[in-house]
Parts: sequence; C-alpha cells; structure tokens
Amino acid sequence: MSKIEEKLFQDRYRVDAGRPHIRIKDAGLCRDCRNQQCTVCCPAGCYSREAGGQVALTTDGCLECGTCRIICDEHRNVEWEWPRGGFGILFKFG
Amino acid sequence: MAETFDVIVVGAGMAGNAAAYTLAKGGLKVLQIERGETPGSKNVQGAILYADAIERIIPDFREDAPLERHLIEQRVWVMDDASYMGTHYRSEDFNKPPYNRYTIIRAHFDQWFNKKAREAGVLTICETTVTELLQEGGRVVGVRTDRKGAEIRAAAVILADGANSRLAVKAGFQPEVRPENVALAVKEIHFLPQETIESRFNIGEEEGVVIEMAGKISAGMMGTGFLYTNKESITLGVGCMLSDFKEQKVTPYELLDRMKAHPSIAPLIAGSEMKEYAAHLIPEGGYNAIPQVYGDGWLISGDAGQFVNGIHREGSNLAITTGMLAAQTLVELKAAGRPFSAVNLAAYKRKLDDSFVMKDLKKYRRLPEIFHHNKHFFTTYPELFSKAAQTLIRVDGVDKKSKEKAIKQSFIASRSLLGLIGDAFKFWRAVE
Repeated sequence: MSKIEEKLFQDRYRVDAGRPHIRIKDAGLCRDCRNQQCTVCCPAGCYSREAGGQVALTTDGCLECGTCRIICDEHRNVEWEWPRGGFGILFKFG
Repeated sequence: MAETFDVIVVGAGMAGNAAAYTLAKGGLKVLQIERGETPGSKNVQGAILYADAIERIIPDFREDAPLERHLIEQRVWVMDDASYMGTHYRSEDFNKPPYNRYTIIRAHFDQWFNKKAREAGVLTICETTVTELLQEGGRVVGVRTDRKGAEIRAAAVILADGANSRLAVKAGFQPEVRPENVALAVKEIHFLPQETIESRFNIGEEEGVVIEMAGKISAGMMGTGFLYTNKESITLGVGCMLSDFKEQKVTPYELLDRMKAHPSIAPLIAGSEMKEYAAHLIPEGGYNAIPQVYGDGWLISGDAGQFVNGIHREGSNLAITTGMLAAQTLVELKAAGRPFSAVNLAAYKRKLDDSFVMKDLKKYRRLPEIFHHNKHFFTTYPELFSKAAQTLIRVDGVDKKSKEKAIKQSFIASRSLLGLIGDAFKFWRAVE
C-alpha cells in the first residue's frame, strides 16, 4: 500500500458506486495542463498522472475538501458536486 | 413535502446547530438539512471549543456535552528542521472552572449539539444533500434536495453549509472560492493510553495542552501546524494556503508525515495508533474576503461566510456566534411581524459589525495580504532565530560579544538592515 492508501484505509466511506460526484470536464485540457497540480494537491491522492500524460480521477477515497475544484482556477475543468446524501466520507472523529 | 417552515437551515455543523437551536427556542418552525449520515459525519476541525460562544446559547453545556480536556497550557513553536523555539504559557488560572477552552472531537460534539436543537423543536433530516436554492423573483423561497421531487419551502434559508458553499456560489451570492483565500489542512488522530498522554505533556486528568506551530513545517508555504491533546488521543495536522500548495510539489500527506517525523514531535506521538485521516478547507481570506451575507430570504453564517480568524485559530466560535446572530435576527423580525426581506435582514449585518466577529476580522484585515507577499516570515526568520539561540546557548570558547556580532550579521546578511526594519513594520501593520 502506498502512504496515502495506508491513511485512507483508516477512514470510513459509503461509496456511491457508479456515481462519482466529481468529473473532469475535458480530458484534453488536463493532458495539456502544464502543472497538473491536482495530482500534487489532492489530499486523498485521487488524481494521478497516466503514462500518456492524461490525468486519471478515482473519487472513491475523496475527503470532500474541494481543493481540486479551487486550484483548477485557470481551466475550471473540474465539475464538482457533493455526493448524494449519506454517501461519501463518513468521519468517525472529524 | 407539502409542509412549510419558517426557516430552513442547511448544515448541522457549529453554525447550523447554533442557528437551528436559537430559532427553535425563539418559537420558529425549523427544518435543518444535513448531508451526512449523522450530524458531524462530514465535519472536520482541530478541534478547540471556546466556551464563551456556546455558553451564550446553552449556558449549562458543560453538564452533558462531550468535551475532551480543558486547556491549561498553550505552546507556540517556531520551527526549523531540527529545532523549535517557543513560548509556553501555562496557568493554574486556566485550571479553575468555569474553563475557557476545551478540546473536542467534532463527530461526537456535533451529535450532542444537534440533539439539543432537536430537543428544542428542530426537525433535522440527515442523508439529504441540498442541491440548490429555490428562487422566485430574486427571493429565496426554499431549497431543492436530492430526495425525489423534494422541494421544500420556507420564509427564509440560513446557509451554514461550510467552507465550500456550493449553494451560495450556484445562486450567484458569492464568487467561487479563490486559492489565495483558503487553506487546506490535513490531520490525523492518534490514540494513546490516557496516562501516556498525561505523562508526556505533564498534565493531570482532564487537563490539556495545545501546540501551535509555524516555520519550516509548512515547507516555505504560508501555513501553520497544530497538535491538540484529547482524552485518549492526539490530533495533529498542518495547513497551508491553496495558492501556495499550487506552486510546489509536496503533497499534503507528505507534509503531514514530515511534521510527524520532526524530532520535537515524533516522541509525543510515538507508539500511537492512527485511526483517522481527514482533510478540510479553512477560509483564511479574512475581512476582505467576506461576501454579501444576507439578501431577500437568505442569510449566511459560519465558514460559508468566511468567518474565520486565522491568526488566532478561531473559527468554531465565530460559526456559533454568526449562526446565533442570524437566527436572532429572524426571531426578532418574526416577533415584530416584519418580512424576511433584504432590507430587514440588514439587521444581521449590523449585529455582526457590533460583535467581536467583525471587530476582530477588521483588526487583522491586512494580515493575509502581508503574509502572502512575505513568505520569509515562514522560512528565513525561523532559521535565523534558531541559529541565534543555538549560537548563544552553545558553549564553545567563543566570547559572547563575538557571538552577538555574528548573530547580528546573520540577520543583516539575510534581510539587510532596511529589510529588517521593513519586516518589523509589516508585522506590526498586519496585527495592529
């Protein structure tokens, strides 16, 4: 397990299977993005840089902080909603 | 749901629970909507509870609120990679009831606070996400949720939906959050036997310590770290401005792991079991980032209104107070038989201006801008102070006068004489 996976393993989630609450609008924009800073800044490591230069997004471990949406302020390429009620991260302690 | 309410409160965090409780106590019919499984399951905070704010709403909160430890000692550490230099303030005066500050665990506290609201008459529905505000002719008349066909109407809506107020942005009440106005904080909770915590921090049962940290733990970014003692756990974390996170290559969790490995912190959490990792945004834009906080049929309180005093690490008390003031405004208008129009709701802004909330935020209005443009407050100075202390403390045959001269030269070499004077002035301007 990677460092971030070890951390997220301690967290409790109810994943809304097949209904991700965050979506990349235009994959092409990400491929051309110079910094792809979402792959650095997401505290759950949901964004990763693929071999072909694309950015892949898996929202299962999302901590619902909003970082990805806000740092993508030049491209506004992140479509971001709250998960449906009751789904997503469920903090035991917060 | 055909039923209508006086007020809908969105969110069951500090602001939402304070608002809902105050409204119900004031005789209004309140619906509170929370997207988490339970109140608190989406909420993240350090967390410190300031007694004063909650006491104004629930004077006897100490009787049954889940509180961890009351704080008797405050440590402020300025750190470089190997050291910290700090001030510790500990007083027996903080050890006499009624206590002033407590550590809390939000998932526990928020359930208690919400229970109080429900006992006062609030109807809380969980596991429901509000997707948008219903507007008619520029007035907010209710909300739409993700439950099937659920439009719910009310005479007013209080937005207490936190740092990412999607509702306010979608409704056009405020612009999207900007990276320079918000910090990303990550934290972990580490469990240890109660006696271990008490011996490591030199405290008795129920007594607590906070450590606030600045310096190289933020890796050159504008940011701070913290460590709080709970009853049987320690929460620690680090937060930096998103605009700074954007410009570098350290992930938030690497930053946290580095902090945990610091030689002054590692022994405090040694042997502990980490049981949760969390991330959250903290509004840090201060006074100048506060949006319009009321309009026809709506009010904003808590993090959604950017009510956080970053330098003093205060947020939950501002959330409770703004939630309470928003609710009091509505209770007073209702009693006077006046509508919840923008003109009448301006009374909320006047209440805010008269309270410590806006007075404090106004006092520090220049601080975010000054720190944004002077990152050396977080990098150069911690190192200079650390080296100076070390030079003075280490006994090595060099005479004291030469040591003082070396320290003075190190400061001038880094910042120049004019730079030092300018920095002192900027720091004073930031906090005056």
